Amino acid sequence: MQHFAGYFVSAWGAIPAWVQYLLFTLGKILAIAVPVILSVAYLTYAERKVIGYMQSRIGPNRVGFRGLLQPFADVIKLMMKEVVFPANANRYLFFIAPVLSMMPAIAAWVVVPFFPNGSAANVNAGLLLILALTSLGIYGIIISGWASNSKYAFLGAMRSAAQMVAYEIAMGFAIVGVLMAAQTLNLGQIIQHQSGAFWHWYFIPLAPLVVVYFVSAVAETNRLPFDVAEGESEIVAGFHVEYSGMAFAVFFLAEYANMILVSALASIMFFGGWLSPFEGIPYIGAPSAGWLFLKIGILLFLMLWFRATFPRYRYDQIMRLGWKVFIPVTLVWIFVEGAFLIVHLPPWFS
Amino acid sequence: MLKLRLKEWINSFLLLELLKGMGVTGRYFLKTKITVQYPEEQAPKSPRYRGLHALRRYPNGEERCIACKLCEVVCPALAITIDSERREDGTRRTKRYDIDLFKCIYCGFCEEACPVDSIVETRVTEFHFEERGQQLMTKDKLIAIGDRYEKMIAADKAADSAYR
Repeated sequence: MQHFAGYFVSAWGAIPAWVQYLLFTLGKILAIAVPVILSVAYLTYAERKVIGYMQSRIGPNRVGFRGLLQPFADVIKLMMKEVVFPANANRYLFFIAPVLSMMPAIAAWVVVPFFPNGSAANVNAGLLLILALTSLGIYGIIISGWASNSKYAFLGAMRSAAQMVAYEIAMGFAIVGVLMAAQTLNLGQIIQHQSGAFWHWYFIPLAPLVVVYFVSAVAETNRLPFDVAEGESEIVAGFHVEYSGMAFAVFFLAEYANMILVSALASIMFFGGWLSPFEGIPYIGAPSAGWLFLKIGILLFLMLWFRATFPRYRYDQIMRLGWKVFIPVTLVWIFVEGAFLIVHLPPWFS
Repeated sequence: MLKLRLKEWINSFLLLELLKGMGVTGRYFLKTKITVQYPEEQAPKSPRYRGLHALRRYPNGEERCIACKLCEVVCPALAITIDSERREDGTRRTKRYDIDLFKCIYCGFCEEACPVDSIVETRVTEFHFEERGQQLMTKDKLIAIGDRYEKMIAADKAADSAYR
């Protein structure tokens, strides 16, 4: 064993430095992308289970123990299906659109810190990078609607895009509140600014912004109760009506990956990321990735809970909420927060 | 008026109605589930259940049907066709007893009309046809079903006899 390890180390030293760097980076990408995709698979399973339980049902329980292999069965089914290209579709754009919507949802994870100094790339403008990347996701939707060359897909794309743009503004303002509090765009430092037990976290002084951010995040990912773009019971599937098989699965995956991403961002910006809520108490007070995952899980459960509870919003109500309620609320609260900052309100802004 | 508006405003900003709704779904989330896992578990059935038909025999092995054709007459869907004959021992028996299950509406009138409790509807529901023609239950098939489920049919009849 020792001999084998030594052999491995010498082999690693023998390859040129740039190849080492490339392999190392690839390894980091895999270490993030594979768990993200796996958790997306199990998020779909969790969604079906949770909604089933809330409707007095059991949910999937046939494939594997308690249905735990259900996501794999679904993926295999979708892979075996034919990907139909509509006759008049732009094949190149049609193919590139799902990739465009999936890519940012996974790429944004690169700056997410899982534990102290535990992000794949410690970017100083991390939050800005995430905002830019998630905005790119809209292109996937618009392009898919356009390239399908179908009026229904196009209308669905318009609806999604308008909704996502409207809520991105409110979301951006909510994030401005966090920036003002933390004075940095680096996600790791934002968490460090919240260090302390749970009453040090930003969700207390920024309570309205937490609500605005989370609701906008739900709207941004086109989840219920804001999923007029998809609206199963009325307009089938919105922008991805023409997609089938694996191409559809990638859109589906992107939606869930985005859900996990916005939950991760919310737990980092408002709920102290990897910090333990019981800081100061030995053993359970230690910061760890487990706390981050727990917080993400709770927020994701909330999203599923919303879906099981609320009826779909009407389109004009969605727009009214986005433009006439959320943006004024965030603007007012940014001024209130400015006042907090001036008086150095402890324990958050001292 | 203003007070009411203010109250409404505060309510909508505190998301009270939404939290109430989430409370309802949250309660259901924790409730015990009542799903019946079908192939392994089955919902209980009444002894009067009207499922697949069967022709019964007496305990000594003699078939009960005497070809009185009351079931044929009473059948509202005209699903039953009977031809009778005189058997060697001089008794009146059916030569042909067909029930077309595509015509049958499972009303149970044939069972009620039968004076000798020969034609019955069992609680069996798990049957299917793969080819056209299989839905025509002939006398042989019906008697075979009756032989197979005789115990169950007798128990069901006994359970229901108090109400007949």
